[in-house]
Amino acid sequence: MIKVTIDHKQHTFPKVISIIEACQQVGIQIPHFCYHPKLDIAGNCRMCLVDVEGSRKPIPSCANMIQDGMVIHTMTDHVKKDREGVMEFLLINHPLDCPICDQAGECDLQDQALHYGRDRSRYNEEKRRSVTDKHMGPLISTTMTRCIHCTRCVRFAEDIAGVTDIGAVGRGEHMEITTLEKAIQSEISGNVIDLCPVGALNSKPYQFQGRPWELTHTDTIDVMDALGSHIRVDSRGGQVFRIKPREMEDINEIWLSDKSRFAYDGLLSQRLDKPYVRDDKGMLQPASWDEAFAKVVQQLTATPNHKIAALAGDLVDCESMLLMKRLMHHIGSQHLDCRVDGAYADAQNPASFVFNTSLSDIDTADVCVLVGTNPRWEAPVLNIRLRRGVVSNGMQMFRIGFEHDLTYPVTDLGNDVLLLADILAGKGKAAKALKAAQRPALIIGQSALQSAQGTVILNTCAQIAEKYNLVRDDGWNGFNVLHTSANRVGGLDLEFVPGENGLCASDMIPATHDGRISLMFLLGMDDIAQKISKNTFVVYIGHHGDKGASRADVILPGCAYTEKSAIYVNTEGRSQYAHKAVNPPGDAREDWQIIAELLSRMGHQKQYASIHDVRKDLQKENSEFSENCSFSKRHWDPNMGIKGTLLTEELHPIITNFYMTNVISKYSKIMAQCTQEIAQKNTKGDTQ
Amino acid sequence: MSHSFKFSAENHKKIKQILAKYPKDHPQSAVMPLLDLAQAQNDGWLSREAIAAIAELLQMPVIRVQEVASFYTMYRLQPVGKTVIQVCTTTPCWLRGSDDLMKVCKTKLGIQPGETKNDISLFEVQCLGACVNAPIVQINDAYIEDVNPEAFGRMLDDVIAGKPVKTGSMIGRVSSEPMKGSGS
Amino acid sequence: MTFLNEQDRIFKNLYGFLGWNLNAAEQRGDWDKTADLIAKGADWMINEIKASGLRGRGGAGFSTGMKWSFIPKDNQQHYLVVNADEGEPGTCKDRDIIRNEPHKIIEGALLAASAIGASVGYIYIRGEFKREADILETAIKEAYDKKLLGKNAAGSGFDFDLYVHRGAGAYICGEETALLESLEGKKGQPRLKPPFPAIKGLYGKPTVINNIETIAVVPTILRRGASWFAGLGAAKSCGTKVFCISGHVNAPCNVEEVMGISLKDLIEKHAGGVRGGWDNLLAVIPGGSSVPVLPKTICDTVVMDFDSLAAVKSGLGTAAVIVMDESTDIVEAIARLSKFYMHESCGQCSPCREGTGWLWRLLTRIQRGDADLKDIDLLEDITHQIEGHTICALGDAAAWPVQGLIRHFKHELIARIEQGGRRLCL
Repeated sequence: MIKVTIDHKQHTFPKVISIIEACQQVGIQIPHFCYHPKLDIAGNCRMCLVDVEGSRKPIPSCANMIQDGMVIHTMTDHVKKDREGVMEFLLINHPLDCPICDQAGECDLQDQALHYGRDRSRYNEEKRRSVTDKHMGPLISTTMTRCIHCTRCVRFAEDIAGVTDIGAVGRGEHMEITTLEKAIQSEISGNVIDLCPVGALNSKPYQFQGRPWELTHTDTIDVMDALGSHIRVDSRGGQVFRIKPREMEDINEIWLSDKSRFAYDGLLSQRLDKPYVRDDKGMLQPASWDEAFAKVVQQLTATPNHKIAALAGDLVDCESMLLMKRLMHHIGSQHLDCRVDGAYADAQNPASFVFNTSLSDIDTADVCVLVGTNPRWEAPVLNIRLRRGVVSNGMQMFRIGFEHDLTYPVTDLGNDVLLLADILAGKGKAAKALKAAQRPALIIGQSALQSAQGTVILNTCAQIAEKYNLVRDDGWNGFNVLHTSANRVGGLDLEFVPGENGLCASDMIPATHDGRISLMFLLGMDDIAQKISKNTFVVYIGHHGDKGASRADVILPGCAYTEKSAIYVNTEGRSQYAHKAVNPPGDAREDWQIIAELLSRMGHQKQYASIHDVRKDLQKENSEFSENCSFSKRHWDPNMGIKGTLLTEELHPIITNFYMTNVISKYSKIMAQCTQEIAQKNTKGDTQ
Repeated sequence: MSHSFKFSAENHKKIKQILAKYPKDHPQSAVMPLLDLAQAQNDGWLSREAIAAIAELLQMPVIRVQEVASFYTMYRLQPVGKTVIQVCTTTPCWLRGSDDLMKVCKTKLGIQPGETKNDISLFEVQCLGACVNAPIVQINDAYIEDVNPEAFGRMLDDVIAGKPVKTGSMIGRVSSEPMKGSGS
Repeated sequence: MTFLNEQDRIFKNLYGFLGWNLNAAEQRGDWDKTADLIAKGADWMINEIKASGLRGRGGAGFSTGMKWSFIPKDNQQHYLVVNADEGEPGTCKDRDIIRNEPHKIIEGALLAASAIGASVGYIYIRGEFKREADILETAIKEAYDKKLLGKNAAGSGFDFDLYVHRGAGAYICGEETALLESLEGKKGQPRLKPPFPAIKGLYGKPTVINNIETIAVVPTILRRGASWFAGLGAAKSCGTKVFCISGHVNAPCNVEEVMGISLKDLIEKHAGGVRGGWDNLLAVIPGGSSVPVLPKTICDTVVMDFDSLAAVKSGLGTAAVIVMDESTDIVEAIARLSKFYMHESCGQCSPCREGTGWLWRLLTRIQRGDADLKDIDLLEDITHQIEGHTICALGDAAAWPVQGLIRHFKHELIARIEQGGRRLCL
């Protein structure tokens, strides 16, 4: 125990931490700019200086550790004067343009000037610095005259994002932050906006759009990948104006991917705002909800139950899937599936399809093998942890599958699933490393599970897990499946998969052509819509007028993720409750309500009057849904997939453009700009 | 305008020698000598292309090389004249008449510090570290020491005429010994 | 008054009248049985240097022997870095040592390296010293050719490689951790301490950084003995020192003298006296631009050692004596130094990045007379807001000259303001 006196009070701390952390832990706030708990220490702003007895000079509390017997003063006149001094220096060249600065109202400099600054500046000389603004790509607006040179953005880019694109050129008062006029080549670049303590780096799409105090904040869950990052949706007048990460140490820490942060403008384009019914001439015509429901019910009644199928897409929530499953079972169909991309998953084995290690522990793995995954694009925020694991914690990273620059060193074993058999046979570097590992891990991507050999691949991975003790008595489970869709795990937990003799997703399309299926429900399912036989009656429930809607015979407009309260289960198997931030456009309804109405019209016994009714039902279905945000270890059972002999096979990326992976991002202009300026440039760069 | 840049064969040999000075896993240490080489080869300044070439050679991010190139005053990021004249104006030189030297420069060259004319660039520079031989003027790599304005004016005429000039002390000192005949 | 005896002179070729090359250096006694000194062992060397009272010649005056003793005794790679990034205004001693006595540096580096177990050394020389760097490189090549460096250096059984690394125009690289950053190929921005270089220095390895003059005197001290060196000079400022005397003197020069010589003697005996005589003296900056200026009244009596100069609120610094006679506009003299520090601030710490420019601008305004009397208090306040609030000492170095100006020449500042920029009548 370390005994430290802070402002005349004795405290004890169990381990050595920095003075600033110690002060914060006992409720004493130390003002700071360059210090950030997630970044390396720079010690350059000099705002966090405190007095320590025995030291001639004031000490930067961020850069010095507590020591036993240390006596710290944070509120003396001396410290107060030091802070006033630093504030005064920082404000010399900071333009007082708060009235036109987007940061105003949530600005560290503004806040700290108020609390720790003098009431006026004594600086009477000319302002020397007017720094030209820099181009940092489509996401980040720059007003570099406001920069206070804390270098948080530089440290973030280098240490966290692993892209050395931001630097500070020049020296002394001519030092400038720059990217040399390039967009930052990172999927998580938007985080510099949060990190920048002033209004130098701001959100370009949100520029001059609003004031923080006018915005309504809604805490909710992101759906752009399978991590379920915690976000805050800021809206005004029923429109989403920006999305920011919320702190959730176990999932996204404080970070957010650029797609999660910026794709929100896709919520405004191509929205389905009223029901449509296809008329006799084959044209979709606006209809009332009643007409649309009547049409669906008529078709459902007329169609033999074994010819009805349902697919649930990547953004569909648990409530909708549960009710759709109820509907299908009520009708008497077993043809339902959420594995729309054909990726294999065994819904009967709950540990076989989740990220068992948990996101928060994965950076403590000492050996990790990636199998057919590009975490940088499939889960950028997870990639931060993997990078930390490799760069800071000495994790050895191996990869089977296609190559991609992950921003940290990876040992490529090759792009052939047969290499899994080698590992199982104890051959090669990875096998050797796994054998010696204390905390070994596998991360299996959807590319691997989408293979025709997905079942065998999964089984082989389970055997590897057994052979190399990936699951240990101390609670460590290194067997991980990384999903890309927000609620695939939810679908699997709900067993939104074919029942006995039911058709799976990949078999349903052919079945529409040979007449085995003649009515299909597409829940937010677009990709395969055009392949459905013309003779099939298609009911589309979703929020964007994309492929699914254009193929549909009846469109029942639902809500996007910001417009409804819903449960999503992330890749770890953690069920999380999202909240409604804005109303859906036009006549659109919450998805569960639409299906509940259909259930009711189809004479289902149980009525679902409110979302609570649905959730009660959900919890009965699977206890995983009972608690918000909790992560629980799943029972390990190595029996999964199908035992077999692997054949040689190359794996292919499932994401070719990070910025457009679902209907929302596809219709986002911001994502289109990123595609143009970052993604396409990158591809060109690769071929250099 | 694009300036392509490639190290000369001779410089590639030098680069090998330079890299040998530093541990194999720290080639970045060679960035300063390489910038120096590149600048000498590239008419006294560092183009973006030169910086990119060094970044590639040393496996450094371009921005890190740019940071270094922009931090040290001897690296020039804009084209300069063939002859670069730098007048030290820090206190020890100022005490011994650097203002007069600067005046002579401005008049003779017809330019202000930071400007270039007739392939001659003029800069004001901070302490050159030869204070007991003040005032100091640096012409390209060489120091001119113990400079007096009249003689310096004549020297500038030679510089303008493209004639070589005598470097070192203008009053015949070898190093920084006391001048003979002045004091003890 | 005691002056340096000829037989106690260390830098016999400070002025370059004799050759700098190996042959000439050997004739002066360099490289004489170097292996025997190394054979006496690291502990002996460190203790001898400690006992000699040698204090670092780069300005801070830290005990050299102590510095060496902080290096852990382990099997890691250690480094010796010799700081020849001379740039403190007023200071040009290293330049003479490099160009005229390079073998003292090379031999000293070998000895120091063997004392701290460093198999590799770098001499970081300021970029503008191109000619000097060429001489040093040639001298090193001579040493390699004669097997004084490299494997089994000087037949000592100790392996030592020594390289020259040129700077490129940044005063801050004279700060030892900025120098290390620069040597690692980065911007010269000082590092946070701890960790200190002795534990985590160049490439993260234990490193000693010594000023080039410090290194150059090591061989002579080890040869002639700690007590010889300790017997010279003042009590806690032992030995001899190269002084640089610039500004308004009749014969500006570098000169090796004993520590503790009086400032007046130094100027009058070696630099031909103050221009116009001692009575024409206005002020002296006694230790390079960073230390506070002293008015004539103090200069009359002060002696040149660490403690005596500290006692009059100035410092020995690099022992660079900048002399200003009565004709000097003292406000401009200091304002130019403020401009220097503004120009050389690395930009890392807010107080230095923003404050050095403020000092210069305010001081320039006061010089013009376009100021209020309360601006003098403000000026002083700014210096205190900078001093002690930065990662490295550049902030202090920027603050002290201005503090010295206010301490001793406040009347001049007041007059400037009251008379609209005109100087006090002489």
